[in-house]
Amino acid sequence: MTVPTAYGLPDPAQPDPVPSGQEPVLAFRNVTIAFDGPPVLEEITFSLAPGETRILLGPAGVGKSVLLKLCDGLLRPDQGSIQLFGEEIATMPERNLFPLRIRTGMVFQESALFDSLSVRDNVAYQLIQELVPDDEIDIRVREALAFVGLEQTFSLFPSSLSGGMKRRVAIARAFIRHPELLLYDSPTGGLDPVTSTTIIELIVKERDVHQTPSMLVTHRLQDAFTLCSHRFDTEENRMVPLPKGQTNPNTKFLMLEEGRLIFDGTLHDLVKSEDPFVREFLE
Amino acid sequence: MATFTIDRTAKQIVLTVQDYSLFAWRAFTNLYSQPRYLSDFLIQSDIIGVGSTAIVLLSGFFTGGVLALQSAATLSQFGATAVTGQFVSITMIRELGPVLTGIMVAGRNASSMASELGSMVVTEQIDAMRALGVDPMRKLVTPRIFACITMLFFLTIVADAFGILGGGAVTVFLNHQNGTQYFSKAWESLRYPDIIQGLVKPLFSGYIIASVGCFYGLRTTGGTQGVGRSTIQAVVNSSVLIILVDFLLTRLLLALFPAI
Repeated sequence: MTVPTAYGLPDPAQPDPVPSGQEPVLAFRNVTIAFDGPPVLEEITFSLAPGETRILLGPAGVGKSVLLKLCDGLLRPDQGSIQLFGEEIATMPERNLFPLRIRTGMVFQESALFDSLSVRDNVAYQLIQELVPDDEIDIRVREALAFVGLEQTFSLFPSSLSGGMKRRVAIARAFIRHPELLLYDSPTGGLDPVTSTTIIELIVKERDVHQTPSMLVTHRLQDAFTLCSHRFDTEENRMVPLPKGQTNPNTKFLMLEEGRLIFDGTLHDLVKSEDPFVREFLE
Repeated sequence: MATFTIDRTAKQIVLTVQDYSLFAWRAFTNLYSQPRYLSDFLIQSDIIGVGSTAIVLLSGFFTGGVLALQSAATLSQFGATAVTGQFVSITMIRELGPVLTGIMVAGRNASSMASELGSMVVTEQIDAMRALGVDPMRKLVTPRIFACITMLFFLTIVADAFGILGGGAVTVFLNHQNGTQYFSKAWESLRYPDIIQGLVKPLFSGYIIASVGCFYGLRTTGGTQGVGRSTIQAVVNSSVLIILVDFLLTRLLLALFPAI
């Protein structure tokens, strides 16, 4: 049972493990994809339960971003089945995918902000398409920017932001409609350690405050371990370490090697793994 | 080896034509279902229409002037300089106005569409748009196509008018002929079929410019170098297609209106 906090939010200090048997938010079954050559991903099978965070590890060029793009139908598999919110998307026509994509939020590797639009219009992109009144858009954009600590960038254009700020704006854009699934593609890639920690703190905050299920691609082990070993303290409004020896039970790992999924389990299983590739990667 | 290369190239061409046909059809039929992006249509109309006015106006004016200069020398051999106005107006309205305007706008806007959309592809902005639940075909392609069709129609009228004016200026100031005679001949010789022919062509050219520009833009691969390649392909292919379709349309319209 989750303990409510003074703000009516669950206490993330003691997160409950996701009950087994729940309908997964996302499920891959024997997914294979190739681009004019040998398969980039082969026979990938895993599922993501509600409230769960999956960290996808692997060296550069192993197909992590491809896997993430398969999650909301930006790429189509050659074989296999992908179920998003219980619907088969592997063969779904593009026009039917848009309503499902609105329910997900995605943060791209290089932010992918629309460079001709202001920060306000970038963050509010979906709301503008839905013809939400301007006053309401302004309020919600300011809330989303406050969440990532960038209220002052409201009227700026992406070209005047640093790499870390762009990444945070991209996170605000992904969060604004409170999606049911979040997909992060190397959100700390190319950033300095301080900015990376800020980004990871935002991800932990979203995970612990809203319990949004998410898939996170990274090749930085320190980010992955921080996600597992920290929680967001809503009273102190910052990320704090979990007591020694504790990890977040809903944050689990996947590892890819040469297009194949070689590991699926918790941090404990990961560090105890005897697989030579996992050992080499960790060491 | 050579046979293999020819075979592969031929297959690529057929595949490109097939992809383009599907793309152009989808972009066109999007107009008949929701959502429609009227504000994007208006923004693109401004960029294409207002932005291209100066080049269309100047190229139309000087083309009309050149036509008057060249024709006056030949016509004077037959004592027919009086029909310079008729020659310039019919040539401009039927043929040169639509084709030149199409090629000028292709140079300016097919390239800009291909490079803009190509840059969006390589920086993952198109994927971001799709991930945000917005169809890039509806949001980016369809408004550009209909804005280009609409604006090219009016730009062609501007080019025709300034071409006739340019011809008039040369006739009066360089050839020292009667301006009233030039303009009255230019007006009197026009028939509705001439105008129909001149105003049907830009509808097709507008469709070609925007659809080819967007098609190559959205197919961009290979980073910034790929954007440059897409831009070149868009301008070259749209210009060639405009001239090819102009030929086919002229043949068809001459068959439909044998009197012209």
